[in-house]
Parts: sequence; C-alpha cells; structure tokens
Amino acid sequence: MEKYLYITLFAPLVGSLIAAFFAAKPKELYTGILTSALVGISFLSSIVLLNYVDADTILHVKMMDWISVGNLSIPFGFVVDQVSIIMMVTVTFVSTIVHIYSIGYMEHDKSFNRFFSYLSAFVFSMLILVMSDNFIGLFIGWEGVGLCSWMLIGFWYHKQSASWAANEAFIMNRIADLGMLMGLFLIYWEIGSFQYDIVFANILNLNINTVTWIGSFLFIGAMGKSAQFPFHTWLADAMEGPTPVSALIHAATMVTAGVYLIIRASDIYFLIPDVGYVIASLGAFVAVFAASMALVNRDLKRIIAYSTLSQLGYMFVAAGLGAYWIALFHLMTHAFFKSLLFLGAGNVMHAMNDELDIKKMGGLYQSMRATAILMTIASIALAGIYPFAGFFSKDKILEVAFNHEAYLLWFALFIGAGMTAFYSFRLVMMVFFGEQVHKRLGFHPHEARPFVIYALTPLALLSIVAGFLEYSFHAFVIDLLRDYKFTLDHSVGWMLIVATTAIALSGIAFAVYKYKRGGFGAGVESLGIYKLLVNQYYIPQFYNNAILKPFAAISTFFWKQIDLKIVDATVDLIGKMFYNAGGKTRQIQSGNLSSMLRWMVAGIAVMLVLAIILRPMV
Amino acid sequence: MIGLAHYLVLSGILFSIGLFGVMKRKNLLMLFFSTEILLNAVNIGFVAVGRFYGDMSGQIFAFFIIAVAASEVAVGLGLIVLWYKRTGSIDLDSLQMMKG
Repeated sequence: MEKYLYITLFAPLVGSLIAAFFAAKPKELYTGILTSALVGISFLSSIVLLNYVDADTILHVKMMDWISVGNLSIPFGFVVDQVSIIMMVTVTFVSTIVHIYSIGYMEHDKSFNRFFSYLSAFVFSMLILVMSDNFIGLFIGWEGVGLCSWMLIGFWYHKQSASWAANEAFIMNRIADLGMLMGLFLIYWEIGSFQYDIVFANILNLNINTVTWIGSFLFIGAMGKSAQFPFHTWLADAMEGPTPVSALIHAATMVTAGVYLIIRASDIYFLIPDVGYVIASLGAFVAVFAASMALVNRDLKRIIAYSTLSQLGYMFVAAGLGAYWIALFHLMTHAFFKSLLFLGAGNVMHAMNDELDIKKMGGLYQSMRATAILMTIASIALAGIYPFAGFFSKDKILEVAFNHEAYLLWFALFIGAGMTAFYSFRLVMMVFFGEQVHKRLGFHPHEARPFVIYALTPLALLSIVAGFLEYSFHAFVIDLLRDYKFTLDHSVGWMLIVATTAIALSGIAFAVYKYKRGGFGAGVESLGIYKLLVNQYYIPQFYNNAILKPFAAISTFFWKQIDLKIVDATVDLIGKMFYNAGGKTRQIQSGNLSSMLRWMVAGIAVMLVLAIILRPMV
Repeated sequence: MIGLAHYLVLSGILFSIGLFGVMKRKNLLMLFFSTEILLNAVNIGFVAVGRFYGDMSGQIFAFFIIAVAASEVAVGLGLIVLWYKRTGSIDLDSLQMMKG
C-alpha cells in the first residue's frame, strides 16, 4: 500500500518537473496532457487508498529522517487516515479536472507549459500539507501552497495588478504564518515533538492556558490561509490569476487548508471550547460579511470569491463548535460545486473576451447552453436546495449552531444562506438570462470546447449527488474525528430544514423575479449601503491608508534619512579614508632607493621607540 | 680602564656613521661601505658583550656576520659592475624605474 501512497504524492511532482523543463519553450500540448495524466494517476491511487483505509487500518509511513539534531527529530513521515484520505481524494479529483480544463482554457497562452508546471507543483505541495504526519511537514506544505499561489496569481506577471495581487496574497499569508509558527514553537517548547500522535497524546497534560495560546496561534495561521477577517482582502484580489487557478487554489483546496488545520488539530480545539466559540463567531461574521459584499459586486469572479469566503466562514462555524466531520463534509461538497462555478465562470470569461462585468453580459444562455446548465447546478448546490450537495452540508452547519444554542450565530448563518441564494442567482440571471446586453456591446460569445464541458460533468454530477454520501462519510470519518451529538428534537430539526430551505428559495425567487425585469434601478447605486458594500466596507482603503501609506512613508524616511545619510555615509567614509590614505602614502613608493632607505630607518626608529615604550614591565 | 661601555659607545658611534651614510650617500659604492660600517659596528658590539659575559657565541656571531658580509659584497659588487656597464652610472637617483 505504501506504493500507492508514494504514487499519489509524487506523481504530480514528476509532472511538474517535466513541465518545468519546457517552461520557457513555446506551447507543447503534451506537457498539459502529461501533467493531467499524472495528476489523474495520483487521483486513482488515492482512490485505492480510500478503499484500503478503514476503522482498523490506516497507513503511516516514515520515508526518511529529515532533521535530527540533538533531541529534535523530524522525519519525513506521511499518514493516510480518514481525514487525510478525504482531503487527498478531494484535492486530486478537483486537480485532475482543473488540469484537463486548463488544457482548453490556456490553449492560446504562450506560457502554457509553465502554467502546468506551477499547477502540478501546487498539487504536490497541497498533498504534502494534508499527508504529513507532523506539524513541520504540514508547515512545509503550507508554505509550498503559498508559494505556488503566489506564482499562479502573478502568472501574468507583466500585468501590474496581477503581480500586486500576488504580493498582497503572499505578504498577508506571511503575517498570519507568523502566528502559526509561534503556535508550532509553543507546541515544541511544551511537548518536545511535532508528531501529531505524540502531540495529541500529551496535549491533555498541559496547562489549559498554554493550550489556549497554542490553539489561538494556530488559528491565526488558519485565518491567513483561509482568508478570514481581517486577512480577507487578498482572496478577492487573487482573482487576477487565471480562472482555473481560482477554481483549484482559491476555492477548492488551498483556502480550505485553514479548516483542515483546525480539523487535524481537533484534539487541541476540543479542549478549548472558548477558542472554538471565537472561531465560530468569526466564521459566522465572515459568512455574512462576505456574502453582503457579493450582493452588489459586478465582477463575475469576485462575486464567486466572496462566496468562497462566506462558505469558509460556514466551515469555521462547524469546526469551531466541535462538529469537525461536518466542517470536513462541507469542505468536500464545497470543493465540488465551487470549483464548478469557477470553471463555468472561466468559460463565460473566454466567451466574453475576458470581460468580467456581469452588467455587460446577459442572455448568454442562447450561446452557451451547457455552461449555463452547469453553473446553474453549481449555484443551486451553493444555495443549498434539496437534493443538491450544499443542502446536506450547509444545513447541518445551521443545525449545529442551533443545537449549540448559539442562536445569534444561527441567525447570522440563516441570513447568510438567504444572501447566498440571492447573489448566486443574481449572477446566474445577469449572466445567462435577461436582456442580451453583450450583443449591443459587440461581443460574439461561443461555447467552450466540448472536452472542457465533458471535464466539468463529473463535478456537476458530484454537486448533485455528493450530499447522499453523508451517512457513509459520517461513518467513515468518525473513526478518527470526534462525533458530534445532536440533542435537537426531530421536529425542531425539520423546522430548521424547512426554514433554511424557505429562505434559500425565497432568495432565489427574489433574484429571479427582480433580474428578469432588468434588476434594480440606478437609484440603488446612490444608496449609502450600496456604496459601503461595493467599496468592500472601505477596508481595502483603510488598509491602504492606515498601513500601506504610513509604512511607505516610514520606509522612505529610513531610506533617505537613515540608510543614505547614516549607514551608507559611514560605509563610504571608511572607504574614502583608505582611498585618501592610499593616495597620500603613494608618494613613499618613489622607486628611489635612497628615500626608501630613509623611510626604512624612520620605520625602525619608530618601532624601536615603541618597543621601549611598550616593553613588558618587569 | 676600558670597559664594556666604551666598546658599546664605539659601536654606537660607528653605527650612527653607517646609518648616516646609508641615508645620505647617493653613490652605490659608498652605500656599500656604509652597510659594511653598520655590520662591523654590530660586530664590535657582539664581541664586546660576548667577552663581557664570557660567552663565545658573541664571537661566533661576529664571524658569521663577517662571512655573510663578505659574500654579500662579492655578489653586490658583481651587480654594481654589471649595472655600471649597462648604464654608465652608479648614482642612486638614476636607479629609479619603479615609481609608484
């Protein structure tokens, strides 16, 4: 079985390295096919592992020693258990589809080979992240996906905005990673190991304060990676990258790494329900906060990005309240329908010559029927309508919040569900139905290539049926994760389901009704609330004015005043001193023996005097 | 009575004369004479101090120096003769090819 583990892990790396050899060359179709095939192999072998893992058997291998210094010993170890195999299957599945899709999407890009090299490198890093059996391996993967995310957001690096967004994402993550590192140091300081099993076995013996600190620090890292408030701004800007990247990294996999961390460290968070409650509150806040920004945005990809943020908030609510398996389940279903939504958006973008403003689209159903159907499926799943996947997982999260008697959180999520339904169908309506604005603007949309559509159908299928896997999923993962006990009455549970479905349906109905008639008038745009939302609560401006500008000013000050006038000046002074001394003493080297002899005599005299003055006192 | 001090003073005077010659003379031959004076000043010092302490090594050193000086002069004179043949002058100031 170890063989399959190594195949799963290293097949994407091999693909990435091979594609990297051709990175600077013009497009070679086979790099795309090869990397897709290798990631596909990785997916198949993780399916084999999925069949292998059960309640009694997990796979835990130590590939080699990596760092061993004194008492510190960190092996390259990998573990395939119920949680990591779910992540592996999800990641490799979505990755395979995104790879195949990208062959079509990046068709005319001159850096075709480089793209696939980065994309496969990302898959490899993500697998390291989820498969590692210790926190350091997780951290390596964590940084690896951060690096790949940077490379892929800034893939079109000649665009100023893209490279800016890439740097923003990278720097935001570094700030949060500092928190994560502190957590890791604290773990090592207190327990003396990074291995999950040792850490979780010994965490009970620690002072509860220490555990709280560890949990909080790790969560700061998770906040950065999963773009939770206040680190959320990078995710929307990351939409500068190619759309398959947004689908894979910024919807399905990397951003869920934060949730994975909480689930993986559930033995820690289980001990500190207070921190868990804070996590859940922040998650609920982000769920509504991000959904509200998605309501008014006009950028096709940004709407979906905010929706991702909002759904990550839902996952954090579940994870924070101790319903780890539900968080993981929502993570999985979300990966399916959200990447489908993004990939569909990619088709639309291509059809519209990279136009992203949904006000300029409308009526695309006529020309892109398949994409329209796929995106509608994804939107229904996202809105959480029975029997689509989102219904099962999202509804469970609401039930958890209610069950926890956290009614405020429940209410936030409830409102969030309504908003989700509304903005999803606002998008669908404005893009695919209504007046055909694009014709007026001279666009000639065309459907994507057939193989691209076929590649998307598995995702659509899973978006529809994944919810029915709930029971087997539950039975599978609770061997490792703590189960969550519902104490709610059946009748209350049913009422919740009805209520949530009702608000989701009314959100959809409202969006359909409103946008069928051309949407809201221009009057809405002059409202204060609209301005607030469309400017993202002025948070980017705030960051810009409160952090970036003062920082730039301080940096300029240090550069002009301190660096140039003090540091550089000192270094220059030393250099000039020697230069001038050399210029002056050059005359000694006259080449005249007589004058050199005189200098020699003078030198001896000086040394004699020194020898007398400095002689050791007896 | 002539004691150690007298010898050492003589040695010092000779050394000063030699040093003065080394610094002042522009003629290469004169420079050689001056170095010989320097060496012999040191020889006198060695012998005197060796005698004073009843130690033979002072005298042995002096012999060594005489021997070395003799060979040095032999080589040096040869070089000077060669230089004179080549340039027609043994003035120090004319021997200035490596000005820094």
